[in-house]
Amino acid sequence: MSDCHNKPTPASTVRPALPALQGSPHRLVALIGPPNSGKSTLFNRLTGLHQKVANYPGVTVDYLVGSMRLNGRDLSVVDLPGVYSLNPRSEDEQVTRDVLQGQMPGMAKPDAVLLILDATNLGRHLMLAAPILSMGIPTLILLNMADDLRKRGGSIDTAKLADQLGAPVALISAAHGEGLDTIRAFLAGTVAAPRPVELPILQNIPACRQWAGRLSNKAGYQSPAPPIWTQRLDAVFLHPIWGPLIFLAVMILVFQSIFVAAQPLMDLVETVIADSGELLRGHLPAAWLQSLVIDGVWSGVGSVVVFLPQILILFTFIGVLEDSGYLARAAVISDRTMAKVGLQGKSFIPLLSAYACAIPAIMATRTIESKRDRLATILIAPFMTCSARLPVYALVIAAFLPETQLLGPFLGARAATLLGLYVLGFVAAVATAAVLQSSVLKAQRPPFMMELPPYRWPTLRSIGLRLFDRSKIFLTRAGTVILAVTIGLWALSSLPLQDGQAPPIAESLAGTVGRTIEPAIKPLGFDWRIGIGLVTSLAAREVIVGTLGTIYGIEDGGEGSVGLQEALRQSLDLPGALALLVFFAFAMQCFSTIAVVKRETGGWRLPVYQFAYMSGLAYVSALVVNHVTRWWLG
Amino acid sequence: MQVTFKKDGETTADLVALSDLKEGQGAILERLELPDEVALRLMELGFLPGHEVQVGKSAPGGDPRVYRVDGAQIALRRETTRHIMVR
Repeated sequence: MSDCHNKPTPASTVRPALPALQGSPHRLVALIGPPNSGKSTLFNRLTGLHQKVANYPGVTVDYLVGSMRLNGRDLSVVDLPGVYSLNPRSEDEQVTRDVLQGQMPGMAKPDAVLLILDATNLGRHLMLAAPILSMGIPTLILLNMADDLRKRGGSIDTAKLADQLGAPVALISAAHGEGLDTIRAFLAGTVAAPRPVELPILQNIPACRQWAGRLSNKAGYQSPAPPIWTQRLDAVFLHPIWGPLIFLAVMILVFQSIFVAAQPLMDLVETVIADSGELLRGHLPAAWLQSLVIDGVWSGVGSVVVFLPQILILFTFIGVLEDSGYLARAAVISDRTMAKVGLQGKSFIPLLSAYACAIPAIMATRTIESKRDRLATILIAPFMTCSARLPVYALVIAAFLPETQLLGPFLGARAATLLGLYVLGFVAAVATAAVLQSSVLKAQRPPFMMELPPYRWPTLRSIGLRLFDRSKIFLTRAGTVILAVTIGLWALSSLPLQDGQAPPIAESLAGTVGRTIEPAIKPLGFDWRIGIGLVTSLAAREVIVGTLGTIYGIEDGGEGSVGLQEALRQSLDLPGALALLVFFAFAMQCFSTIAVVKRETGGWRLPVYQFAYMSGLAYVSALVVNHVTRWWLG
Repeated sequence: MQVTFKKDGETTADLVALSDLKEGQGAILERLELPDEVALRLMELGFLPGHEVQVGKSAPGGDPRVYRVDGAQIALRRETTRHIMVR
């Protein structure tokens, strides 16, 4: 892979020094570097599939811990947030500092630090070496993107730089796996504290920059030529006319893929789950056990797994867009529009994907570095009309709205209602963002600053690992919550047993719950049967369709079923139906989303507020719609 | 390519806001008239007094705009660059 051998070999700069850290049963290595230094790529290289996500206590920052095997011993590698300095002005910097000082609860002080810097931008990146070296932890300084540096005619004498810094320095290429042996040699061998050298005053940024510049000069640093391809591509992607057009085309492609292309895959997953469930049913003895395992667990877990195709497709796109560097350009282009509602460019893709499903959307907010904007995006994403609302909308609209033409053949009453519901969700999202902007999140608003990395070819390895990682998180975290909830809901609708059989749903616990909450939902125009649907649809919105089918005893009660539409008219009139639509537009009727928000924000606080807010809004709006239409229709 | 403004005999009157420069122009950063927290963050990104900055491409409408500084490309909104003084 490497075409250039006239540079000093990286290994030559790793000098054995003081005795190794022996006797410590478990060694912890911290990986640290500025954003865009290739930190994640290196982390993936070192730990492969052996990584897991964890949250630091009390903060929204989470981290990855991986393990790597070295001479028969396991070594933990912790991936710290990307930071430019250790001056604790953001949560990321505070966390990094706490970990390095051994003050992070539940985490030992790291035995060694791998500091990764972009070799093509050394003058600026080397600034971070000053605060890291001052910690006195054994540190290996990695100059990444060695291939890029060479290709663009730059060079550096790593031995000289190591001498200046008092710590070993290696030139590597994390993307191509070049120089990994050096890292292993450093970690396996003797790790010594950095030899004290003169460091600048850390709070004085100009002094730090001068120090970094002086050191790289002394080490014969030849900065590479500007990245020509990046400039050429930016001339197109940030062109006043082509830029927005390409942006639109990319967004339409992403949207279409998660919305349309995922459908056959999702149908396939659904069929496989249903068929395998039936196959399994034959092997289970008792009817109640069949009911619990197949109708409860199997279909409950299936209702989560079915989102996997969408998640995989979205994250393939995000992986390519992010790794190639286009995502940063897309954020620049959409920033102005998003700024109008108090968000920023990087919120665009998550919000767009929320139209397919809020779950991948919320997971995609990780690309937003600003905590404030990330939280705001997570809070408003579930308002976007996701695909799980469509079956509910389709059923209710078909049952209650006539196919009247409003604008000749172009727009019928049904289509207009559907469109109106999409607009309603969007307006709620924008209004919520505006409210957040001027209240809770007002104080902590950092200005938009974004580094645009040079364009690079995304690697299959990096995208594959990310897909694996995302699917694992989704299936384990959302899956466990959903499993518990579906078993609970199964129990509600199948108990108490009558003669060893599940009761008719009206006489089940769910029926009791439906009747109990009827007084509360009567003002919305709903009866107890809709109440049962509201309860069961907490698992996933579209579940209400199946539940209503069961309640009315209609076989094959899909959203297109005429029988179900007729039956539904016993429970609802037009004002109640409109109220139900509005309720579903606003309510957070989705446990998977709640579970994912909990997972992504590191606690129950936010999802609980969000659920309360959305349910409250849904209730009040449905109440208003029911009464206003009732009064209006006389 | 490089346009540096003349250094002799200048006064504060020679200062302009970074947001007033056109695409392709270059200048020397003079000072950041921004809250400490923002100014320090910008300095970490390379916006250091005395360093050169080049104006790059922008989103449609000219905001936000990309600036080349200290070997990196940083996108900033006009609300920020209005307070960055250059000469």
